[in-house]
Order: sequence, then structure tokens, then C-alpha cells
Amino acid sequence: MDATPEKTYKVPTMAELAANGEEPDVLFWVGCAGSFDDRYKKVTIAFVKILNHVGIKFAVLGTEEACTGDPARRAGNEFLFQMQAMGNIQVLNGYNVKKIVTACPHCFNTLKNEYPELGGNYEVIHHSQFLQGLINEGKVTLKGGGTFKGRKITFHDSCYLGRANKIYEAPREVLQTLDAELVEMKRCKTKGLCCGAGGAQYFKEPEPGRKDINVERTEEALATGADTIAVACPFCMTMMSDGIKNKEREDSVKVYDLAELLAQAQSL
Amino acid sequence: MTIIQQILFIIALATVSWLIAKRVKLIQRTIRLGKPENRTDHPQERLSIMLRVAFGQKKMMTNWTVGIMHFIIYVGFLIINIEVLEIILDGIFGTHRLFAPYLGAVYPFLINVFEVLAVGVLTVCVVFLCRRYLTRVGRFQPERHREMGRWPRLDATLILTLEILLMIAFLTWNASDSVLRERGVEHYAQASTGDFFVSQFLKPLFTNWDTTALIVYERFAWWFHILGILAFGLYVTYSKHLHIVLAFPNTYFSDLKPKGEMNNMPDITKEVQLALGVAQADPNEAPAEIGRFGAKDVFDLSWKSLMDAYSCTECGRCTAACPANITGKKLSPRKIMMDTRDRLEDIGRNMQAHNGTFEDDNKTLLNDYILVEEINACTTCQACVQECPVNINPLEIILQLRRYKVMEEAQAPAAWNAMFSNVENNMAPWKFSPGDRFNWADQVNQ
Ligand code: SF4
Ligand code: SF4
Repeated sequence: MDATPEKTYKVPTMAELAANGEEPDVLFWVGCAGSFDDRYKKVTIAFVKILNHVGIKFAVLGTEEACTGDPARRAGNEFLFQMQAMGNIQVLNGYNVKKIVTACPHCFNTLKNEYPELGGNYEVIHHSQFLQGLINEGKVTLKGGGTFKGRKITFHDSCYLGRANKIYEAPREVLQTLDAELVEMKRCKTKGLCCGAGGAQYFKEPEPGRKDINVERTEEALATGADTIAVACPFCMTMMSDGIKNKEREDSVKVYDLAELLAQAQSL
Repeated sequence: MTIIQQILFIIALATVSWLIAKRVKLIQRTIRLGKPENRTDHPQERLSIMLRVAFGQKKMMTNWTVGIMHFIIYVGFLIINIEVLEIILDGIFGTHRLFAPYLGAVYPFLINVFEVLAVGVLTVCVVFLCRRYLTRVGRFQPERHREMGRWPRLDATLILTLEILLMIAFLTWNASDSVLRERGVEHYAQASTGDFFVSQFLKPLFTNWDTTALIVYERFAWWFHILGILAFGLYVTYSKHLHIVLAFPNTYFSDLKPKGEMNNMPDITKEVQLALGVAQADPNEAPAEIGRFGAKDVFDLSWKSLMDAYSCTECGRCTAACPANITGKKLSPRKIMMDTRDRLEDIGRNMQAHNGTFEDDNKTLLNDYILVEEINACTTCQACVQECPVNINPLEIILQLRRYKVMEEAQAPAAWNAMFSNVENNMAPWKFSPGDRFNWADQVNQ
């Protein structure tokens, strides 16, 4: 349970494992944001630390991974989506991948629901479910009185986790273990308000309107009085962080991913 | 006298039935203009969705007060129709309360239930009118929603008013009939049913009337009631109230996929497989006729999207939950559905005017009804799909229109084009070198 400072974390790649004739128990699909976005890289790293910590045999694709094609498909570019999908499926099937975990709800939705029709059949889980599983199995236990004890946390539902795939409880159960007070926003779960990034909106300016969607959502999150906004999606992460900046509350309110909160609570 | 009434009644009934049948046929024909899509798999699951969502009104119950009020109108509508059957038979055969002798004590019990329901329906219709015009529930207001123009508001008001009038006619008809029975007036006295639960209190309104005036009123109320119902039946086919029928098939044919899953395009799969060299072109196969990618008009949409359009209740629950609409963008999922229906109605009229074939009118759903600015504002959050009480999927139409815009016209917003080219060349939506994709791992032990 104690994290030793000299501990070194490993990130094996599929290629390395394959060279040794090995297969991992689970493939960690990092995603584009998890690989390139400076803020979300911290989440990737936190999750890798947890994976190391619980001793699960995992691997990543490294440079062999490519965008799932989700933003292209939602924007209407089906050609590009299918090119990406089939490329990825070739790689995944080539390594005989059976189980995938990812910290991105968009990758999760695409890999789980949209790849099968193109020949990619895997058991796909989101990291919130994965973390919930670790907690339930007792592989991650928190000593009471962690840094979050008694603090207010609110959870922002990602559309592609919640409505798209009906995952509402797993992230909340993960947060429960932090011993914090989980406060819900007015619009939550099936009624959760989008952060404004989905459907490839993240990659363009919003259409003219009264307000930006992320500001509307951030106001709702701030109204709960929570000092931590928990998210489970890289795009929600950016949108909510920008919203906090817009409201000039970045000193008092922080946005964290579930994996970061869990890693922090265990001082990994 | 009765025979003239019988003849008039049969003519009215036949005319309205013929008009309704014509409308139903036209609606069916326009729905069939859509593309084929199989929605008959998993019949048991479908049946259970229909029973829960349409029959059991499950999604209406997320807001209890409104849910229960709507439920009263719905049950009233279903049950009072048993009475309509008797009225129609009385009208044809010139009888009076034909069922009474056969049902015995059950008969007054049934009428009592109808009367209580009628009071319920009446009350709820008044409350609903107040919600529209006095408390001004946001999603119905034209100042906030440009699709709620004159006709949609008039439509709602007309129906609510008509229902109120029908219920009043039903109750006063029973009351005047009771007085006539009491007086032993021939024809009326044949049914010895006694007074009814609610209308007994309305009798004082009529006790001072002389018998002729009473008979005139009784006949007026009876005719008004039944003609009102027949007119309602026809009117419904032009109105958002078509949902009282279509809610059932529309929920039966619901999308069973997870909400996040977008329909695959098999035409494109083939081309991509050829491009990647995963599949070889079959030289013997005739080149497949590739249809339009995505949708520009209703003909390119699935028939289910078209049925969705006719099923829309214009309640605006979708729009009230839409993040784009909430923050002032032009997009409103309700408008997407109403525009699609408007397009279908226009096409239907066009077909009627041209012997059943559609003559090009130089209009399309995209551009002439729905603007690109609307579809581009969608975050694909599925809140509209989640909220819709009759399982309509506005997102499906938005996505099909986007596909057309991007793949057929190659007209995406510039920032999207940049994202496309990044995905294509750099394997990520940003301009990073694919070789740097794994660099994050260097920071793991820092
Ligand atoms: S999916 Fe699109 S149209 Fe539907 S609620 Fe979300 S943003 Fe609005
Ligand atoms: S699509 Fe559904 S939720 Fe939206 S207005 Fe129509 S019936 Fe109401």
C-alpha cells in the first residue's frame, strides 16, 4: 500500500510483450488527448501508476495507436472514421487483443459500440469501471482520513459515458471511497448537461449564441459549493477547466480526473 | 325525424372515415419515401418498450405532476372511446343508449367512470391552457423558441379547447337526458339507468326548461359531442396530436442500440476495404449503385426518422435539455423534427397535386428548412434522445445531414477540415507528430 519513492513505474508496449511471446491481461488505450494533451497526460500517468501499483499485467500500443476516428465520424466524415477504425482494428487484431481499458469515454464508446461492425470485437471497459472493480476486489483500499475527507466533490457526467452507455454509478462509487462529500449538480446522470465538447465541437468555435456551454455547466458545478470537480473524460476536463478560468475561480476550485483523485489519495 | 337523423349521421360518419383514410394513406406514403431500415428484430424487447413508454407513459413520469395530468387525459381518451362506440351505434340505428339493457347495473357504473374521467380531463385541459398562457412554461413560448409560431400554438390551443367543449357536451348531454328520462319522455325513457355520478349535479340547469327545449338541447349536445369527436379524428392527422396513435408504433420501432452508437455506412466500408487492400474488388460484381452519402432531403433519411417526425408532440422536452439551445444557439431538436414533418407535409401536398408523384419543387430539407448553422451546433450529447417521451431521435437526422454536408459537398467548418487532415496525416486531431505519441511515458517516473 505504501508507495515507495524509489519505485519505478513501467509502461510496457504491446510490441515489447509480443517480442517476448507474451500477452497482457488488458490493453490500456491511451487515446489522443491522453497522449498529447499536457493536462490529460497527467491522468494517463496517474492511471499507469495505479496499474503498476496493483500489479496488473497491462500494455499500451505506444506509437502504434491512432485516433479512433470518433471526432471525424460525429462531424460527418464517415470515410475518415472508417479508415482510422480499420487501421486500428488491424493493429488490435494483429496483437490478438481481447480486453481494452481506456480513460476516454469517446474512445470507449467507439471501440465498444462501433468497432464490432467493422470487425473489431473486444471487451472494452472505461477506467471508471476498471477502478470500481479494483476497489470492489479490495486491490485498492484507502486508509480513512485522506486529503479529501469532508471536502465537497461534484461529479460531471460525460455524455458518452452516461447517456451513451448508461454508466452513472461506477464513477460515483470510486468517489465514495475518497470519503469526501459527493454533491450532485442540479442536472446530473441522465439529465446531465454536456460540457460542450462532444460531436467534434471541441475542434471548432461554437456557433453564435448567448453563452458558451462550458460556462453554463461550470456555473452549475460552482453552485454546488464543491471545491473539486471530478471528471472522467479528457474533453470534459478541458471544458470545465476553461470554465473555471472564465469564472476566475482557478485558485479555489480544481478539476481532477477520477484516476488522479485515486492516485493522489494513495500518494502514488 | 329519427330516420333523417340516422341518414345524416351515416353520411357524416362515412365522409369523415373516408377523409381520415385518405390522410392515413398519404402519411403512410410519405413515410415510405424514406430509406429502408430493419426495425423488426427483438420483437419481445420492442413490445416491452412500447408497453412501458407508450402504454405506461414511463418517460412522462419523470415529472410527476405533469405526468399524472397527462395520464388523466390519456386514460380519459382511451376509456371514453368505449362510450363513443355506443354513440355511433345509436346514431346509425336511431336507438338510445343501446348498451344499457345488455349491461344492466354495469352500465351506470361505466357511465359514472366516464363522467369522473370527463371532469378530470376537463380540469387538466384548463390547467394545461393556463400553463401555456398564464404561467408560461418556457418551452412553449414563441419568444424563446422560434419554431413555436402561430400554427403550433393554435394547434395546441384548439385541441385543448375542443376537449374542454367535448367534455362539457358529454356531461350536459347526460344531464339533459336524465331530466328527459325523469319526465318519462318517450324514446328517452327506454333506458332506465337512473342519474349519473357527476351529471346529476348539472340537472338543476335544465329542470326549468320545457320538454321541447330540452330535447333540442339533448340533440344538440349529442350531435356536438359526436361530430366533435369525428372532427377531432380527422384533425389529429394534421396536428401534433397524431402522437396519440403514432406513439405506439414509434416506440415499438425504437432504436435498440446504445445511444452513443452511430449507424454504420456499409457502402463506405466496402470502399475503405478496397482502399486499404483488405478486400479485393470482385470483377464479376456489377459496380454498386452508390446512393447519396448522408441526407439532404427526407428521401435520404430512414423511414423511422420520418415516422419520428409525424410522432413528435412538439412538447419541447428535447429542446429544453439541449445544451446548444439552452445557451442560445439556433439549434433546437424540436425544430429539427417539426421541419422534417413540414417537409413531409409539403411533399404530401405536392404528390396529391400531381397524381401521386412528387414533382421537384427545388427545395430540400437541408437549407430550405434546416440550416447548416443549426446542425453544426450539435454536441451529440443525446439529451434530446434521452428526454423524448415517445422515443424520437432528432440526433439521427442531424448526423445524417452533417454527413451530406461533409462528404457530398465537402463543406465542413474550416476548423473541422483542419482536424480531419490532422487525423488523416498525424493520427490525432491535433498537429503532433505521430512519432511523439508515446513521449508521455518519459514523464511517468518524474
Ligand atoms: S444531441 Fe444535439 S440536438 Fe440533441 S440535445 Fe444534444 S446538442 Fe441538442
Ligand atoms: S422530439 Fe420528442 S421531446 Fe422533442 S418535441 Fe418532439 S416529442 Fe417532444
